[in-house]
Amino acid sequence: MFRNQYDTDVTTWSPAGRLFQVEYAMEAVKQGSAAIGLRSRTHVVLGCVNKANSELSSHQKKIFKVDDHIGVAIAGLTADGRVLSRYMRNECINYSFTYESPLPVGRLVVQLADKAQVCTQRSWKRPYGVGLLVAGLDESGAHLYYNCPSGNYFEYQAFAIGSRSQAAKTYLERRFENFTDSSRDDLVKDAITAIRETLQGETLKSSICTIAVVGVGEPFHVLDQGTVQQIIDTFEIAAEQEDPATEPDAATGQEAATEQGTAADQGGSTDEGAAPMDI
Amino acid sequence: MKPIGKHSLLGASGEISDFQEILRYLDELILYDNMWDDGNSLGPKEVHNYLTRVMYNRRNKFNPLWNSLVLGGVKKGQKYLGTVSMIGVNFEDNHVATGFGNHLARPILRQEWHENLSFEDGVRLLEKCMRVLLYRDRSAVNKLQIAKITEVGVTISQPYSLKTYWEFSAFENPAQGA
Repeated sequence: MFRNQYDTDVTTWSPAGRLFQVEYAMEAVKQGSAAIGLRSRTHVVLGCVNKANSELSSHQKKIFKVDDHIGVAIAGLTADGRVLSRYMRNECINYSFTYESPLPVGRLVVQLADKAQVCTQRSWKRPYGVGLLVAGLDESGAHLYYNCPSGNYFEYQAFAIGSRSQAAKTYLERRFENFTDSSRDDLVKDAITAIRETLQGETLKSSICTIAVVGVGEPFHVLDQGTVQQIIDTFEIAAEQEDPATEPDAATGQEAATEQGTAADQGGSTDEGAAPMDI
Repeated sequence: MKPIGKHSLLGASGEISDFQEILRYLDELILYDNMWDDGNSLGPKEVHNYLTRVMYNRRNKFNPLWNSLVLGGVKKGQKYLGTVSMIGVNFEDNHVATGFGNHLARPILRQEWHENLSFEDGVRLLEKCMRVLLYRDRSAVNKLQIAKITEVGVTISQPYSLKTYWEFSAFENPAQGA
């Protein structure tokens, strides 16, 4: 997208009928680190790649619990994401107080989308620069929604947002038809694999990814690093046992990955001792 | 008594004008609920809690709605029965009553209610309680309606009367033993 004379204000249309400021806000989402979500009939899993400013700093928090039955993963301007999470938490708590019932996810998402739309139609505001993957459970089942800065929202079986999310989307597109009947653990494995796709070669460690689950009988919670690392380790073991002759490209990648995997395991354990803020 | 939304029925005793006001609040509530036009709807539990909030808030402002409310309903196979008083006291139970019903009818219900009452037996039990109340309330009229709520919906019977017997010598000659 190139600069043009119609992109200064969010309240200025272009002759082609576009609101450039809104589209630029969507760009901000694409620059953020990846977040993915996928759901089955009974569970929804969110995952994200954690970025840290430097080796010395802690990781950005990108997954927020909104209520026992709803959680959200964000990509883009995390400050905007934090503010919207607070709004969502408020709405859920107010509804719970008045009706003693969990707020249906679909309604929360519409309220969020309406809030985002307001910012696209006021000259003194700017659109929120964050995309939200809202995962929740209600009477009608498990849901995964994506909320854009434009004020649009869509329901998905599986989705990925943020930088290098196309790789994850491709992986999810191949597998999504099986997700509805997946078990919870398979869903988590798929989520971690999708995250690995976005890393594109970088080693997958539990310190750079966060996974959260919500499901029937399971309130929304973030899986702890130990559990995630265990699941990652099972991948590496499975990769070692796979026949390398079947896919030569994958084989070199896998051998490299297993070597890096074992190194990462050792590196990971010392990391956890040396960098307490990784939790 | 009035049906509320798709799943609930509200009955009230006390100030009828306040009951009508409550119905207007609930009308608005159900309207907004329907306007979402999604698969969700407010069930009896949600309506009960909303009413509790309303009644309690008015009580806190020293301007109560002078009613005792009974809220029943069925949603997704789950049965619900609750009550809210004019000061906002609320609870759920298998049988509830307002006013003197708490003193005269609930003991009967405690003895004779059980999980597997059929509809006909339930009506008979309620009629038994209503007869007891009818005999003892000087301002009662022998006319009642029975409402039935199931997953399918709400039906309220036409008003009808209970058979009563007033020829007891105590009624004919109340001052005899005095």
